[in-house]
Amino acid sequence: MLESVLVANRGEIARRVIATARRLGIRSVAVYSEADADLPFVREADEAVLIGPPPPAQSYLDAGAILAAARQTAAAAVHPGYGFLSENRAFAQQVEAAGLTWVGPTPEAIGQMGDKINARNLMHRAGVPVALGSTEPVTDASAALAEAERIGYPVMVKAAAGGGGIGMSAATGPEGLQTAFETARTRAERFFGSPAILLERFIERARHVEVQIMGLADGRVVALGERDCSVQRRHQKVAEETPSPGVGPQVRERLLAAGVRAGEAVGYRSAGTVEFLLDVRTQEFVFLEMNTRLQVEHPVTELVTGIDLVEQQFLVAAGEPVGFDPLGVAPEGHALEFRVYAEDPVRFLPSPGAITEWEQPAGPGIRVDAGYEAGNQVTPFYDPLLAKLCVYGGTRDEALGRAREAVAAFRVAGPKNNLPFHADLLVNEPFVSGDYDTSVVAGLRP
Amino acid sequence: MAEVRAEMVANVWKVVATEGDQVEDGDTLVILESMKMEIPVLAEEAGTLAKLHVAEGDVVQEGDLIATIS
Repeated sequence: MLESVLVANRGEIARRVIATARRLGIRSVAVYSEADADLPFVREADEAVLIGPPPPAQSYLDAGAILAAARQTAAAAVHPGYGFLSENRAFAQQVEAAGLTWVGPTPEAIGQMGDKINARNLMHRAGVPVALGSTEPVTDASAALAEAERIGYPVMVKAAAGGGGIGMSAATGPEGLQTAFETARTRAERFFGSPAILLERFIERARHVEVQIMGLADGRVVALGERDCSVQRRHQKVAEETPSPGVGPQVRERLLAAGVRAGEAVGYRSAGTVEFLLDVRTQEFVFLEMNTRLQVEHPVTELVTGIDLVEQQFLVAAGEPVGFDPLGVAPEGHALEFRVYAEDPVRFLPSPGAITEWEQPAGPGIRVDAGYEAGNQVTPFYDPLLAKLCVYGGTRDEALGRAREAVAAFRVAGPKNNLPFHADLLVNEPFVSGDYDTSVVAGLRP
Repeated sequence: MAEVRAEMVANVWKVVATEGDQVEDGDTLVILESMKMEIPVLAEEAGTLAKLHVAEGDVVQEGDLIATIS
């Protein structure tokens, strides 16, 4: 097993990775910016290194500073968490070149999946269904118009190097396309450093369903079930669940097989997520993208499988067999995750500030992965995720009941937060019935 | 005279309007950035942009004055 690990991340995910490291006897090293000195993850790591000022470019995105911290603390491995440098091929290469173990997929797999157009083409060749769309980057507005004509409206316009829903929008005709293209291009350049744009056929009523895969040290790729992430605002996830109430046994079998094929096509190692859009009417699904890292919503999979995904990442990184039977994964029960964001619960605008009160629910079937506690400052420099409230139940109904109680019992004072939104979601008819799609939030907050 | 204030702690990412501009209700004056999100600050009435109180790169606190429209 690994002797030590530097966690190149912050907040709840750093804390969560550190917790598993501690349980396994792996020495943990946190890195933190000046803005985060008081957060729990810094205190809970065995060692912590200040790597720079608050802006991400000068701290959590500063590969040099992070590698220097790894040298200084003689860390044996780097776990990147999600976001920041987790899907940065060059960083993964630098880590390996420095003689450290990268707790993640090969840099090649990261590179192949990072460019969404390349990933689409690769998936198509591997027999994974993809939506009708661009096979090469779209670089100007007239090319975008021609491409949209070929694909047929409505189309989705997004950054080829992007993620997180940033700059993504749908167009129903040529006028809307101009705006969508300009928005996507400016955002793509600003956030991802590349203006390449991709167009895809837009699915009107879709569920966002993703497959958790794990690439083992012996080269096999296995699927650990699916997650439904259709509850989104601004194309960003707010709540997730597994199993998906919109996926029957036959579709599930095809989905999981497609997820495994996607992983095999890039020789995938470690934990990864293959995202699909499922057309509610036709029950056909298409590849959306692959996240070559641990996913934010991985706890729901852990709750129904009993598998600690971070532990498996450590084992695979060390070249060891995983701690579960790869052929005998049988999820049981139902789990949901509610992302507690520092944002107002109506317009979803960010709300940084000092946390004066923090009281989180506990009890059977309740898991809270929190990045903050009372007395902490939520700063405007990073994403608004305060905590992930995860609930488990033997059935979906039982899990929903626990979730209602847990949301009501969760008290955060200081920054505005979206717990009231989750309370509304938990009595929303489409959500409660399970018959919902990616428009569910728009229906709740017209 | 109308004052436009920041709704939250944020960084001033882009100043879109210029002092002296004639603005309409709903025009974007400044774009703030907070928690990885861009937040346009809009004119809430028509008039002349008399004064811009922020520059790109500034950090504003909740309630800080961003612009004055007369």
